[in-house]
Amino acid sequence: MTTLPIPMIKRPLHPTGIWNWITTIDHKKIGILYGATAFINFLIGGIEAILIRAQLSGSNADIITPEVYNQLFTMHGTTMIFLAIMPLSAAFFNYIIPLQIGARDVAFPRLNAFSYWAFLAGTIILHSSWLFGEAPNSGWFSYAPLTSIAYNPGHGMDFWIVGLQVLGIASLAASFNFVVTIINMRAPGMSLMKMPLFTWMTFITAILLVLAFPVITVALIELMFDRSFGTNFFFAPAGADPVLWQHLFWVFGHPEVYILILPAMGIVSEILPTFSKKPLFGYSTVILAGAIIAFMGWLVWSHHMFTVGLGPIPNSVFTITTMAIAIPTGIKIFNWIFTMWKGSITFSTPMLYAIGFIVTFTIGGISGVMHAMSSSDAQQQDTYFIVAHFHYVLFGGAIMGIFGGLYYWFPKFAGRMFNEKMGKIQFWLLFIGQNITFFPMHFVGMDGMPRRIYTYSSEMGWTALNALETAGSILVVISVALFLYNIVKSWRSGEKAPDDPWDARTLEWSISSPPPEYNFKEIPEVQTVDDWWAKKRGLLGEQAPSGGSGEKGEIHLPQPSFWPLVTAIGIFIGGYGLIYSYPAAIVGLAIMMIGVYSWSFEPVNDPD
Amino acid sequence: MATENINKALDSNIVHTTHSEHPSAATYFKVAMALCLLTGLEVVVFFFEWLSYGIIPVLAILSVAKFALVIMFYMHLKFDNNLFSTLFLTGLFLAIGVTFALMALFRWFHVA
Amino acid sequence: MAEATVSNHEGGHQTTTGLNHRKMLMWVFLGSDCMFFATLIATYLVYKGKSLSGPMPIDVFSIPVTTVSTFVLLMSSMSMVLAYSALRKGSLKGYRTWMISTVILGSTFLGFQTFEFYEFANHHVHIDCINPGELTDYEQGLFDKNCTEGVDHYDAQHGLTPKTNLFGTTFFVLTGLHGTHVTIGVIWLMSLFLYSFKKGGVTPERDLDTDLAALYWHFVDIVWIVIFAVVYLFGVFEGFPT
Repeated sequence: MTTLPIPMIKRPLHPTGIWNWITTIDHKKIGILYGATAFINFLIGGIEAILIRAQLSGSNADIITPEVYNQLFTMHGTTMIFLAIMPLSAAFFNYIIPLQIGARDVAFPRLNAFSYWAFLAGTIILHSSWLFGEAPNSGWFSYAPLTSIAYNPGHGMDFWIVGLQVLGIASLAASFNFVVTIINMRAPGMSLMKMPLFTWMTFITAILLVLAFPVITVALIELMFDRSFGTNFFFAPAGADPVLWQHLFWVFGHPEVYILILPAMGIVSEILPTFSKKPLFGYSTVILAGAIIAFMGWLVWSHHMFTVGLGPIPNSVFTITTMAIAIPTGIKIFNWIFTMWKGSITFSTPMLYAIGFIVTFTIGGISGVMHAMSSSDAQQQDTYFIVAHFHYVLFGGAIMGIFGGLYYWFPKFAGRMFNEKMGKIQFWLLFIGQNITFFPMHFVGMDGMPRRIYTYSSEMGWTALNALETAGSILVVISVALFLYNIVKSWRSGEKAPDDPWDARTLEWSISSPPPEYNFKEIPEVQTVDDWWAKKRGLLGEQAPSGGSGEKGEIHLPQPSFWPLVTAIGIFIGGYGLIYSYPAAIVGLAIMMIGVYSWSFEPVNDPD
Repeated sequence: MATENINKALDSNIVHTTHSEHPSAATYFKVAMALCLLTGLEVVVFFFEWLSYGIIPVLAILSVAKFALVIMFYMHLKFDNNLFSTLFLTGLFLAIGVTFALMALFRWFHVA
Repeated sequence: MAEATVSNHEGGHQTTTGLNHRKMLMWVFLGSDCMFFATLIATYLVYKGKSLSGPMPIDVFSIPVTTVSTFVLLMSSMSMVLAYSALRKGSLKGYRTWMISTVILGSTFLGFQTFEFYEFANHHVHIDCINPGELTDYEQGLFDKNCTEGVDHYDAQHGLTPKTNLFGTTFFVLTGLHGTHVTIGVIWLMSLFLYSFKKGGVTPERDLDTDLAALYWHFVDIVWIVIFAVVYLFGVFEGFPT
């Protein structure tokens, strides 16, 4: 059977080897693609960080020039946020969500594949800026007018703009998919208030994403037009206000940080009950707190701008809203602690990460409340005190949660057990390493060390602590190397994993490790929260024979497709075209349209 | 052959009437006339200089009325499941909120 | 051809809410697109009245012309909904008629936009220095500067482009991106129109394809309703800073 409108190209039916991966629309494979690519990006972002730490380890150092240093911290931030944390979360969304809701795949499998390939396109575009000799250099938030063509004539900023737009398309595609999937593909009996916490946090994150990304899409368009076509959006001589960029960026940027942390919070909310053998304390409260955080996240953005001169009234309003958002956050932390209270706790590696998350994320939250007060922020803004804060919440929060999830679900996706002893050692190295790296930053920051400086004088008195921070970062490197070794070795030759190695609570543990392509032989009927746990413990009454939607006999799965990849290739070429050559952009657009048309006419399921 | 494939593709788009009654062509025409009338009113009112700043609420109401007519009747939200309304209105209200917040920050609370 | 499958079955599966996946996707997308246009409109409103030079809205806007183009777009929404209605009744001929009408009306709107952009870019100022009559603020500035002793008239090109001033920038990008949305809609509708000529291509059972395109089309119309009021009508109102 052929696909239109290009009849010569046959639809792949049972591709093998690399074609299997290229045309896959299976959420599990896509999850693995996301995870592998994102982890490589994490390593690249880590190298960028190590170079920064090397340069800062001593006073008056000149290992890195100022120009390259600016590119390093810009790329480190951009890479970690957009190319590492978000897609690592996406890897979990992809792999785990259909399993947790009892579905066979997501609502739009080809759109799912497309979102991965577009993400890969964005990854390559951004990293390639180094190879073209100019990476973006104005910080991950790129304030105007430093980013204008007058002050930034090279192509670096154009790479940043195009890269983020492409990544935005990928993220939006994925999030639209997850919103519909979570609303519309739950197993029979799974009402919203019976969904696992990780699914809930994913749902909230996806909604936040589809509402927040359009704002930065427009901001990036405005910046690109200023740079390429001479418009006046941020051009002060025409009467424009460069602070508008800051507003637009942070209206996106603040919801973005909740997009970064909510999935990790969801993971922690899965791990703690499993390893405490107790249900999550205050299930509905934790969900409600997550929703409140997502809503309030729209009300706080100018706390990133306290020193810009907005005036006393805006500063006061945003101080109050920012302090208020600590309340639902605190509620979650207490609920996690109460989950463990009087639980039967096993301190395996995922659990260590979850508990570690609570410790380091809370520290980050405390410094956050200190910044919330606009007057004290006047001292802290643009110093290493802020750098300490966000690394505690992002590394000590998001990354810890993600590592916890990687260990927790490793048996499920790899079908093997990892080396537990090595895992514990790796945890402690990472935990200690990150604290040695980031805790001293509170002190040098309070002492006045500014952000984004490429070196400092020996008379400042910051040298010893900076050297200590660099030492800590070496520990982090060793820890990550150990993690990689453990994962790769275990994936190859670890002990085979049972379906449910942790005696866990949610549906993904009711099927084999790894799951069959179709996930569930029969779609489960769900009766309660933590339904799998309840089934195992015989807590449910007489059940209707399972078989949910009455599917007998054959299971139909959506079939692979080329077109998501082709569409992404069109966008990839178009991206470079926007940076270097408008004719090439037209070619990219044409390929993208061919991809979209062919995709529309391709059957969801070929009769074969 | 190929046509059958496309047809099968689009078969998955088959939706039975979960939506209820559809308005008649006559209703659609009446809505169109109402939209024209409202637009005409907007233009006429705009010449009433005596309204001064009062023109803002007047134009706002007229525009919102047009907006609502298209959404409820042409886009069928009045007759469809409330979930669609929730999904759309969340985006809409947030959009209005952000617009007003930015206007406030730049016009009413701006420190010169 | 497969017999029409019942209800909200996606390939044989029931959906949790009973609603169709694609329709839900379209509504989420439209909610998201509201944020896109809100950011552009907010940028426009933040900079309104702050241009330091160049033509202002009152110098270039022609409310009569834009009113006509607004009517055209509103009517295209009516023809769109009639096309969908015809399809549900099984009238392929009616469907085609109303679909092509929508395409024509939509393209007419785009034509008006193009004409308007061209006119703005080639805006010409003519001032009679002896009997100037009522001048806009911008024209007054030109009068003061150029109508000196012995000069009896002033004629010059003062076009408005995206580069001219804040008004030009925010206006052209906002309406330009709206126009891009309309263009995508026209292409989509034209594709459906052409596809209806293929045997069994567009059928009453497959009205969802048209329903989705219609939702997108109506959305583009309601965004214009907002732009017409906020940009054009508010723009030329005397009381507001121009």
